[in-house]
Amino acid sequence: MSTFQIDFGEANKTPIVGIDLGTTNSLVAFLDLTGPRILPDAEGRNIVPSVVSLAADGGMLVGEAARDALITSPERTVYSVKRLMGKGPSDVADELKLFPFRIDETQDSVIRLKLGDRTLTPPEISAQILRQLKQQAEDHFGAPVTQAVITVPAYFNDAQRQATKDAGRIAGLDVLRLVNEPTAAALAYGLDKRKQGIVAVYDFGGGTFDISILRLHDGIFEVLATNGDTHLGGDDIDNLLLRIALEDIASEWGQDVSGNQEAVQLLRRAVIRAKERLSFVPAVTIELDYRGRQYARELDLATFDRLIAPIVERTLEPCRACMKDAGVTPERIDEVVMVGGSTRIPLVRAGVEKLFRAKPHTELNPDEVVALGAAVQAGILAGDVEDQLLLDVTPLSLGIETMGGLVSRLIHRNSTIPASAVEQFTTAVDGQKNVLIHVVQGERELVKDCRSLARFDLKDLPPMPAGMARIEVRFLIDANGILNVTARDVRTGAEQSVEVKPSYGLSDDQVEAMILESFERAEEDIRERQVREARVEADSILTATEKAKKDDAWMDLSDAERALVDRAVNELLVVYHSEDYVLIREKIEAVNEATMKLAENMMNTAVRSALKGTKI
Amino acid sequence: MTQAPPREYFEFFGLAPALSLDAADLQKRFYELSRKWHPDRFSARPPEEQQIALDATATLNDAYRTLRDPVRRAEYVLTRNGFPIGEQRTKDVPPELLEEVFELNMALEELRSGDSGVRPQLESAREHFLSLRAAVDGELEELFRSHDSGGGETVLSAIRGVLNRRRYIENLVREVEKALGARATA
Repeated sequence: MSTFQIDFGEANKTPIVGIDLGTTNSLVAFLDLTGPRILPDAEGRNIVPSVVSLAADGGMLVGEAARDALITSPERTVYSVKRLMGKGPSDVADELKLFPFRIDETQDSVIRLKLGDRTLTPPEISAQILRQLKQQAEDHFGAPVTQAVITVPAYFNDAQRQATKDAGRIAGLDVLRLVNEPTAAALAYGLDKRKQGIVAVYDFGGGTFDISILRLHDGIFEVLATNGDTHLGGDDIDNLLLRIALEDIASEWGQDVSGNQEAVQLLRRAVIRAKERLSFVPAVTIELDYRGRQYARELDLATFDRLIAPIVERTLEPCRACMKDAGVTPERIDEVVMVGGSTRIPLVRAGVEKLFRAKPHTELNPDEVVALGAAVQAGILAGDVEDQLLLDVTPLSLGIETMGGLVSRLIHRNSTIPASAVEQFTTAVDGQKNVLIHVVQGERELVKDCRSLARFDLKDLPPMPAGMARIEVRFLIDANGILNVTARDVRTGAEQSVEVKPSYGLSDDQVEAMILESFERAEEDIRERQVREARVEADSILTATEKAKKDDAWMDLSDAERALVDRAVNELLVVYHSEDYVLIREKIEAVNEATMKLAENMMNTAVRSALKGTKI
Repeated sequence: MTQAPPREYFEFFGLAPALSLDAADLQKRFYELSRKWHPDRFSARPPEEQQIALDATATLNDAYRTLRDPVRRAEYVLTRNGFPIGEQRTKDVPPELLEEVFELNMALEELRSGDSGVRPQLESAREHFLSLRAAVDGELEELFRSHDSGGGETVLSAIRGVLNRRRYIENLVREVEKALGARATA
């Protein structure tokens, strides 16, 4: 069959998609002529639950299918993996008390999760979700998608951003830009229609909380300040309700089921449903039906509000700090935008309204607004949107360790990015060949209270007396909020090599290895799919041929022609069960050719009948 | 091929190296230059040009941060004219503040040991330091003007002196506010 080649001109550019890689849900969106829109999956669903499960046959399940596996095989299933991105095992000790994750204890700087017989890092698991979204986009365009904008919480540190970028690379995506979620939401709201003004974006999602305050000016979105908590979200409310319900069950049943993952996951589902329903009704019942035993507890909105009040209050403190850093009072804020599923909670809305003294915007679906904004940013990068520009900031100060474990701050928080700082370094002893620079992120004075980011090793210094070397090091935070370090010998002007040792996260080599592995697996997957598709095609041509042989047209063929068809069909049947899809396709083609005359005859008969006005 | 912009802050903004600046004009120029140089505008360009855009925007942002703040702007001009700003030496109390600083330290000590009766005294100390800072800012503005009308090295040297005093007062304000704030929320 011949295909139409229609030249859409500009439309032929490779599409850049926008991806919201969320704690609970993930989405992919694209900006077309009508505006940004979500690209749904084959079943028409916009949202992919951020759940990944290793199936019994070694394949990966993502999204809805994996969410069901959370009940049936929790030990092979991971959710909320975003909370583990860019973290070390010691960071998540508390987390693991409630999550069913099992960690490979032998590793120090990178978390490795055990899923069945495989051990995977958080970026590899996130890559599975990204691959699913990539596939959805490819199905939509009918063409490969290799470029993306991915959103991250504004308050993500360098390691968390790097881990997100790594996930993209592992999934085969060139991550053109990481955009902060609240800023993306501001873009999606198209608030630039208001030519000038101050806007606050309150983003309370599944696992993270962000607040950003922006100044809008003729299409420029300038972030004045951002603040947040990368460990505060709807998950915390779920865990709180879950803990209470588990205790309640223990006292009612006289049996502690908190060690039973199936019961815990069923109950988790029940409390999440209860939480969500309480945004619309005044009272709900948390129910669990487990191995013949029933549990039911009524929860009314007033009690729910009292329980979660401390969590909501924890979001308001960063808001106050953010207003202070932005140099604005609540009166000066013209609009407040609500983002993230947790902003559906009435108490959250009331708290925000009271703090900012403004009724918050809730017109756009809080689950979709970030992905839509990512698509707008993708459009900016593609050159399709020319009047808008995002000027974002770095959420945390960047410093280096100096004597006595003190931090010398080089780039302050809320500096517009890209931002840079230059420092000179020298040697302390004669003939010293290396200088090690320890870079940290955070607002505290002591290194031990900040987040270690990486150690940069200035290597192969020429031998010189102490203090004579002059190495100029440039720290540059790029538009993704990721640190780049370059060094130069001031005397010679030559570039000085710098080896990066990330404190938490994967080295470049490790990421490369994962990309290779994922390619190998992807090749396996692709081959399997090709074989399956070839067989489906073979089925259809064999059925069609079988049917045609009952037609009069079959008898119109010569004996030789009939023999040719039978031979071709036989050969196809012989290779049908082989794993060689190329061979299967060759034989399909052969049947196709052998039955050409037959098909023509049938067509002629049909046309003749049609002309005569008779039915075939 | 895109040419890298100047690295000198005033030049980058197309401004004469004056200490008195119109904030609104500076912001307007910043937005215009951002539209021109931001990496978002270069994502379809060759890697060398992307690198130039990245460096240029980093410089632009650093320049804007420096120029929009009168104190940092003055420090930048001083450094460029061979009047380096040394490490801040909080030990060197300006002589005219000696007595007040002594009293302040006593009051802070009392507050730390739990005597909140000194709060009113600290509140009024804060008011006092804030008005001192405002006076210093007025002085600076005056000096900025005489610098811009060709004041030369004497003015730069005077500015450096005033900046040091301002920094000292700033530290006092911060210390008092920290003490008052910490107690207020405790």
